[in-house]
Amino acid sequence: MSIKERLSGNEAVAYAMKQINPDVVPVYPITPSTEIPQYFSSFVANGTVDTEFVPVESEHSAMSAAIGASAAGARVMSATSSQGLALMYEMLYIASGMRLPIVLTCVNRAISAPINIHNDHSDSMGARDCGFIQLYCETNQEAYDNIIMAVKIAELAKLPVMVCYDGFITSHSVENIELLEDEKVKAFVGEYTPEHYLLNPDEHVSMGPLDLQNYFFEHRKQLADAMTNAKEIIAKVSKEFGDISGRYYDAFESYKLDDAEYGLVVLNSTAGTAKTVVDKLRDKGIKVGLLKPRMFRPMPHKELAESLKHLEAVAVMDKADSVNAMSGPVYTELVTALHKHDVHIPVSNYIYGLGGRDVKATDIEKVFRDILAAKDNKENLNGTFYLGVRE
Amino acid sequence: MAYNLKEVVNKKIRFTSGHRMCAGCGAPPAVKTILLAVKPEDEVVVTSATGCLEVSSCIYPYTSWKDASFIHSAFENAGATCSGVEAAYNALKRKGKISKTTKFIAFGGDGGTYDIGLQSLSGAMERGHDMVYVCYDNGAYMNTGTQRSSATPHYADTTTAPAGKVVAGKAQQRKDLTEIMVKHNIPYVAQTAMYGNFKDIYEKAEKAIYTEGPAFLNTLAPCPRGWGYDPKDLILIEKLAVETCFWPLYEVVNGVYKVNYKPAKKLPVEEFLRPQKRFKHLFKEGNEWMIEEIQKEVDKKWEYLLAMEELTNKEG
Repeated sequence: MSIKERLSGNEAVAYAMKQINPDVVPVYPITPSTEIPQYFSSFVANGTVDTEFVPVESEHSAMSAAIGASAAGARVMSATSSQGLALMYEMLYIASGMRLPIVLTCVNRAISAPINIHNDHSDSMGARDCGFIQLYCETNQEAYDNIIMAVKIAELAKLPVMVCYDGFITSHSVENIELLEDEKVKAFVGEYTPEHYLLNPDEHVSMGPLDLQNYFFEHRKQLADAMTNAKEIIAKVSKEFGDISGRYYDAFESYKLDDAEYGLVVLNSTAGTAKTVVDKLRDKGIKVGLLKPRMFRPMPHKELAESLKHLEAVAVMDKADSVNAMSGPVYTELVTALHKHDVHIPVSNYIYGLGGRDVKATDIEKVFRDILAAKDNKENLNGTFYLGVRE
Repeated sequence: MAYNLKEVVNKKIRFTSGHRMCAGCGAPPAVKTILLAVKPEDEVVVTSATGCLEVSSCIYPYTSWKDASFIHSAFENAGATCSGVEAAYNALKRKGKISKTTKFIAFGGDGGTYDIGLQSLSGAMERGHDMVYVCYDNGAYMNTGTQRSSATPHYADTTTAPAGKVVAGKAQQRKDLTEIMVKHNIPYVAQTAMYGNFKDIYEKAEKAIYTEGPAFLNTLAPCPRGWGYDPKDLILIEKLAVETCFWPLYEVVNGVYKVNYKPAKKLPVEEFLRPQKRFKHLFKEGNEWMIEEIQKEVDKKWEYLLAMEELTNKEG
């Protein structure tokens, strides 16, 4: 029997980490992810986990210590947000380049400047090409579930995984949640048995060599292949998780999309608000639907194109800006995916909620109304708009 | 047991020849000697910061690290990376997954230690990991071509603090990293060089490795290209650094200072400076004041060490 609880997103993740009982947790506090190391260090202090907790002096050192520990053969988890992820940036690429299965929670928060502690996705979106698998979560339940799955995905794919959810909105809001029993989680994640590691008593290894013109390209291609192969691994692990929890996850969630004429693509907690808007418009007979990506890395491009190709028009909401005089990151990638699979439908882009600006159901309704009204104005349909910003 | 060079060099070699460090570089013999101090029955994991040592010792698919595991991840984080390896060891040992005794040694040049890696080193030492951090101090960013670092000696000519018509090389004194590490209140801090048949560096490495908790070794590692000396003179340069007290050999065990070598006749610092091209401009007419200033700085540090030795032994 699963356990019914009420937990915040950060509590849920810390609880999952307790159940996973990783070998090493190197971590540095930063709002709004700070509660994770707080909760977790109390598990360490009370002996409910036997993890080596390494309270480092910076996020750069958090990821560096995670790399050292993971290379040494340990199961490693950490958490961060915003500037912390930015400070880790160099080491994120090294974690994936060294093919280390580190699981990192990224509680999404805006990137400075100006400084702001509230939610948007500019932190993890800025790290989208660092070679981490990225899983995005709408609710506390999804955060809990994805963290558990992430451990297994990382170790099978030999890639680090970043689990992302919205700062304060998800991290600090308390929701009803179903937790798995400790034994179930323990059995699901199993023992970590790395292939090569520094502390292996049977072989010595040298890791992190200088890799010159003759080999570097092949090693980067292997990384690219690992990301491609991760799609199947994520599907397999998600199916296994569904079988023990009853909660099945795909690369993305489609909500009333099959017979929809107009669609919205949005990540994380805003998808929850968007679902109520879809319901409301559906009640009025307007055929709208929603697509909420879970997997952003690897990009499920083919499946996305397949799911959206029947629509009259799509709006992509981006809680991050690429500052490229063109569009936000989700838009750019989604349009690429559509083009790659020969789907040519109008797609407009809405940059929204930067720095935690509240996004209400009426705002999302406006997005739908815009694309519905723009039917005869195709120029507008492919535009980029800053939703609700004061000019 | 009395130190015996012949016995020491016949111990298990963990850093093999075939690496691509320059002839006359101080780093490889220092590294090799430090690793000789690991008991043959023990395992060792070496961490290296990016730098000469790393790019010359582990070029895919080759490695000079033998009977040792090795990791390099980036430049400024050897302290943190090594601390992660040590944390993994503690966790896996506790879970009964490994049984052998393993030692952890991180190597960084002065750029990776005094400058960009100082925070990472400080954090690792403060957290009390059972590891040794070794700085091989060659007094500049040698891997990128002799740019000044905070370890570059006063007035030395480097490629980013060149001796020019109006600026006489590096305008600042060296940062005193060894003393900064002493102030971390860790159980063992030492400054060493390849002196006296490698006795000083070997014995200090052994103490550092087998002291429980964090230890820091600062070893002089002359660079023939950056310093401008004949590669065959490596050991001579080290000797002059010690005999002039430019590079005092001392250790601080739980806060108690011991100056390991006190020259009967302290040589003037210009004996150390003269054979090096980086100090050539100091010997031009009218620049005597620079040598005088360096001498004062050397004397001040030397007096400080003698005073600290007296003071801390009295307290004990």
